[in-house]
Amino acid sequence: MSSEVPESDAGAPEGALPQVTPERVLAGISLAVPVVALLWVSSYAKLTPALGGMPFFYWYQIAWIPVSALFTGTAYLLLNRDEQRRRAARGGEPR
Amino acid sequence: MRSGVNVPALVVFVLFFALVTVLGFLAARWRKADNALHLDEWGLGGRSFGTWITWFLLGGDLYTAYTFIAVPAAVYGAGAAGFFAVPYTIIAYPLVFLFLPRLWSVARVHGYVTPADFVRGRYGSRALSAAVALTGILATMPYIALQLVGIQAVLDTLGIGGGTSGNWFMKDLPLFLAFAVLAAYTYSSGLRAPALIAFVKDALVYIVIIVAVIYIPMRLGGYGHIFDAAAAKFDAVNPATHKPVGSMVSGPDAQWAYATLALGSSLALFMYPHTVTGVLAAKSRNTVRRNMAILPAYSLMLGLLALLGFMAIAAGVGKGVKGYNAQLAVPQLFDNLFPSWFTGVAFAAIGIGALVPAAIMSIAAANLFTRNIYKDFLRPDATPEQETRIAKIASLLVKVGALVFVLGMDKQLAINLQLLGGLWILQTFVSIVGGLFTRWFHRWALLAGWAAGMVYGTWKAYGIASPATKHFGGNSAAIPGIGEIGYIGFTAFVLNLIVAVALTLVLRAVKAPEGADETSPADYGAEAGDRALEDAPVPAAAH
Repeated sequence: MSSEVPESDAGAPEGALPQVTPERVLAGISLAVPVVALLWVSSYAKLTPALGGMPFFYWYQIAWIPVSALFTGTAYLLLNRDEQRRRAARGGEPR
Repeated sequence: MRSGVNVPALVVFVLFFALVTVLGFLAARWRKADNALHLDEWGLGGRSFGTWITWFLLGGDLYTAYTFIAVPAAVYGAGAAGFFAVPYTIIAYPLVFLFLPRLWSVARVHGYVTPADFVRGRYGSRALSAAVALTGILATMPYIALQLVGIQAVLDTLGIGGGTSGNWFMKDLPLFLAFAVLAAYTYSSGLRAPALIAFVKDALVYIVIIVAVIYIPMRLGGYGHIFDAAAAKFDAVNPATHKPVGSMVSGPDAQWAYATLALGSSLALFMYPHTVTGVLAAKSRNTVRRNMAILPAYSLMLGLLALLGFMAIAAGVGKGVKGYNAQLAVPQLFDNLFPSWFTGVAFAAIGIGALVPAAIMSIAAANLFTRNIYKDFLRPDATPEQETRIAKIASLLVKVGALVFVLGMDKQLAINLQLLGGLWILQTFVSIVGGLFTRWFHRWALLAGWAAGMVYGTWKAYGIASPATKHFGGNSAAIPGIGEIGYIGFTAFVLNLIVAVALTLVLRAVKAPEGADETSPADYGAEAGDRALEDAPVPAAAH
């Protein structure tokens, strides 16, 4: 899994913006965090601390659902900004 | 199980069914297009769905009736191991966020209707595109059949259909009726029908799940008691295997399987033809992206739903019944604990939850057949009108095939084949997603990698026995070279990737013909309203 968002439109004129921008890097990290956290099973394969009678294993993973949505939403906003700046750099001409 | 028919539940169930039937036929007039005889209209709803319609459509598409039955059933049967569905749906969205917008853009520019269309355009290879299309059809058929199994489970619990009494025709008459209605409105309205019905389905599902996770624990003495009861069940030792029957957390030797199942399934999720259909029907690239951030709302529901498996244990569903069918655990839990009328609402949610994906799946399989088999191999000069007609007929045949499958064959076979379907569809990942980012892979190497993954995965799965079945009894086996137990589909995927990379190096060295690429780099970033799209040929006329 690359941590970069690979929008490698190498053939298209990109104006002044480089391939790797802070927005793209941050978006890549935002997308990678939930994936790594959930695939690291040994970090949460335990019963305690329980929450309201629910073992850790279950409430921890359920808690990740809204958290991952926040991360994905952040990546969406970052990439939106990146694309708008690219569009502006191309002077509004998509081609 | 109670004897006889649960009348109030049946009445509520039939009322909801009638409502969605009317909606299904009205859908033909909803957002009506200028040219209804275009495959883009029937098969992709005119590529016009905005953020919310797409959200309901994809939610209705991804979280099927079988999900509602099977995920809690797996938790009911094995505990923690069945919970992998939750990390699976969590990591799916960040992963597909990377490539689905690119697929949408290139499909919009070139008028691709199916993932196999893209593969043919990208690699100039009809053979590779046919492999992707056939894999899609093969993986989708048992999935449709399982939607019927979901409806059957509900009808059985309601006290109509199934059972042992009466002749085979009367026994399955309710299922025939439900299916005939589904086939009729899918035929006439295309993708607009499930899109409209998805609103009803998803609303019902949310209501039922929220009520269930609040009301049932109140009846059962709280979550603490529910998990204690489950722990007691899973600690018991199976006299045959001398191992505990399940576990409350994934033990050290089960964690690889847990993680690879979650990862492999999430990579496979958006390779399924029906999910791609839902994505391509969106009206803009941004609609697709935005949905990746809001679709986890459904994952939350799935997480809560999985807990119903523990509640069924605590409620004593199936306790002491030898060879109890875990697939009935959730319908029976609802039947035992909810007031009759609300059982009807819950069953309607499951029943309609089967109709929406079954409709989209049959449309997606029909699109694949029409575009990548019929048009590519049988009638290259088919007009858009002919394509649409063939697709409509194909959607009927696909559904009849699924019905015959469910009635004529062992239900266990459908479940096994659906497990295999996930494994198979994952083998198209390298061709599709690889192609979205690079033209480096050689088409013949991709075909060889696909074949290697298909053969290895099927062969491995064939060798797994379980108490219920001699072959295809599970989805995990030892990973060669690592020694841990892992998801076979994912191992096959890695093998597929290795073969594709190695053969590409060889084929490039000998300068094997690469095939024409009709896409250009800018196509992958195109957004609705771009000049690239305004200049694009009218979608289906592009070929």
